[in-house]
Amino acid sequence: MSRRPSGAQEQVSRLLSLLPYLLSHPNSRVADVARLFGVSEQQILRDLNVLWFSGLPGLAMGDYIEVDMEAVEGEGVINVSNADYLARPLRLGTDEALALVVAVRTLAAMPGTHDRSAVDRTITKLECAAGAAAERAAAVRVEVDGDAVAGVASAVRRALDEKRRLHLSYWVPGRDETTERDVDPMRLALADGRLYLEGWCRRAESVRLFRLDRIAGIALLDLPAEVPREARSRDLSAGIFQPSPDDLLVTLVLEPAGRWVADYYPCETADEIGADRLRVTIRVSDPRWMRRLALRLGGTGRIVDPPDLAAETVADARAALDAYATTVAEEPERRAEAS
Amino acid sequence: MPTQAKSERLMNLVICLLVSRTFVPKSRIRQIVGGYGEQSDEAFERMFERDKDDLRELGIPIETGSNDPSGDEEPGYSIRRQEFELPEIHLEPDEAAVLGLAARVWQHASLAEATSRAVLKLRAAGVDTDTGALAAIEPRVAVEEPAFWPLWEAVRDRRPVTFLHRKAVGDAATRRHLQPWSVQSWHGRWYVVGYDVDREAPRLFRLSRVVGGVDPAGEAGSYAVPPASVVRAAADSLVPPRQRNLARVRVRGGCGYGLRRRAVTTQQGNGWDLLTVPYADGGVLADEVAGYGADVVLVEPDEVRRRVVERLRAVVGEPA
Repeated sequence: MSRRPSGAQEQVSRLLSLLPYLLSHPNSRVADVARLFGVSEQQILRDLNVLWFSGLPGLAMGDYIEVDMEAVEGEGVINVSNADYLARPLRLGTDEALALVVAVRTLAAMPGTHDRSAVDRTITKLECAAGAAAERAAAVRVEVDGDAVAGVASAVRRALDEKRRLHLSYWVPGRDETTERDVDPMRLALADGRLYLEGWCRRAESVRLFRLDRIAGIALLDLPAEVPREARSRDLSAGIFQPSPDDLLVTLVLEPAGRWVADYYPCETADEIGADRLRVTIRVSDPRWMRRLALRLGGTGRIVDPPDLAAETVADARAALDAYATTVAEEPERRAEAS
Repeated sequence: MPTQAKSERLMNLVICLLVSRTFVPKSRIRQIVGGYGEQSDEAFERMFERDKDDLRELGIPIETGSNDPSGDEEPGYSIRRQEFELPEIHLEPDEAAVLGLAARVWQHASLAEATSRAVLKLRAAGVDTDTGALAAIEPRVAVEEPAFWPLWEAVRDRRPVTFLHRKAVGDAATRRHLQPWSVQSWHGRWYVVGYDVDREAPRLFRLSRVVGGVDPAGEAGSYAVPPASVVRAAADSLVPPRQRNLARVRVRGGCGYGLRRRAVTTQQGNGWDLLTVPYADGGVLADEVAGYGADVVLVEPDEVRRRVVERLRAVVGEPA
């Protein structure tokens, strides 16, 4: 539907699921049904009132749907009858089929979430039940970087299931360092199309997110995971990259070929400065990452502030050029050794 | 309570059409379905048409037809049970757990609601989804871009659309006309693939670069979507290209994991290792290697080495 459903439409849509549910789940508690259907208990009571006045055409005695109102008001349980013509819910709509089938297909691409065969079987059954409504589901795709990290994902999943501590060798690209840490796993998360382990890092003594494709080595330890009570999961709805106001603010000037930086990294400001160039400011928690970015950019962008950072980057480049000059001199000797 | 009265009338209409084995003419509906009672003919007509539309919008298949093939009888309405009902579906416990997990995937309001309604229908049919299991798995697919929903609807309905598109930050927006084929998510960003009517060729657009609204530009069902292989090819620029070339790089010990993990050979040396690394594009590899500074030296091929040195010289301010 392109426009919001009316009050009556929403209610009827719910009633067409509520009635079969109540018929197949006698003695359900009002509170439980309200929670399941995501509405208030008062709304369920209003819904029951509508059912009470509905029935076979003609609405003669015996045609009405029967609702045991005494039980509702008394013990707070619902029993309905005389409505076998609506013992099954309405078929899935296109949006409903799409949302569910694409969600399950996304799980199929996420190693470590489930046994692959269970996911495949579920997809088949859903597509069968949805019929034509699922045809368009192929038109929506979520890519997940799953294959390369399947082994790591399985290990993480096992650690979560068995509640065991993990030992990781984790690569931090900004520092180009591989660090060793013990981590108590909390969650395996998919965010921005990539898989992450969220866990209590025993070294940092805080909750950390580890991107699976940066885990160079992983081992399950013979120790139980001990996630402290105060450990809070990160709210991933704000995205993976969450700069803090304490982070260093760096100013870059980008040439036309370097403008992709503004699209790729969240910038605090982005101003046109003529000749198709852009000045941006970015918050950086680790300046080493920014120095590497400056080297990658080469002539397509440069750090203008803070000046110390710009100077460090120039020093990095000089050191690298020295390494290239030295290697040229050494290369003929190495080749001679190898042959 | 107007909502209550209308809901009752709609429920009674659905039940009437569902239980009747023949087409029920409008005049009979007016007599036997509670709620159409005393009102003028005109008012009844309007009310009935609106009710039919409301039910059809919910996905209820109301058919029109006549019991009399010669067409003398007043046309009527019917709902076929087979078209109306959710087919039989039984899930094993592990499948129910998958469904419970799937119910948590969408972070987008409309898609999350659609998933909830779907799961509720399945529950009503006796399928018990297991949302409690696997609480430690957090599969999230977010949709930040406002252009997503109208483009999804256009893909669903095969309706051409028009929108303003800005190629890059700071560029002026141009008006585009598209026959959308598919929407896809790569690394958290959504894209639409379709046929660009003005350029007469397939095109890919990043949804975050769509400026303002997406408006209809034609009738629903007015174009065909090509086979999956064509749609995939149009989204090709999103797929990382095959790494057909090989480069040799010297990497300082303890550094360069990003290169080491995809090296096809590693020759260990004295403080430095010599790696063979596959790559697709020389410029992209030069960017990557330059980022490592003095810890990685690209040995060959020469043309990529030149490009690394060019980048480093530009940082220092020397001419390339």
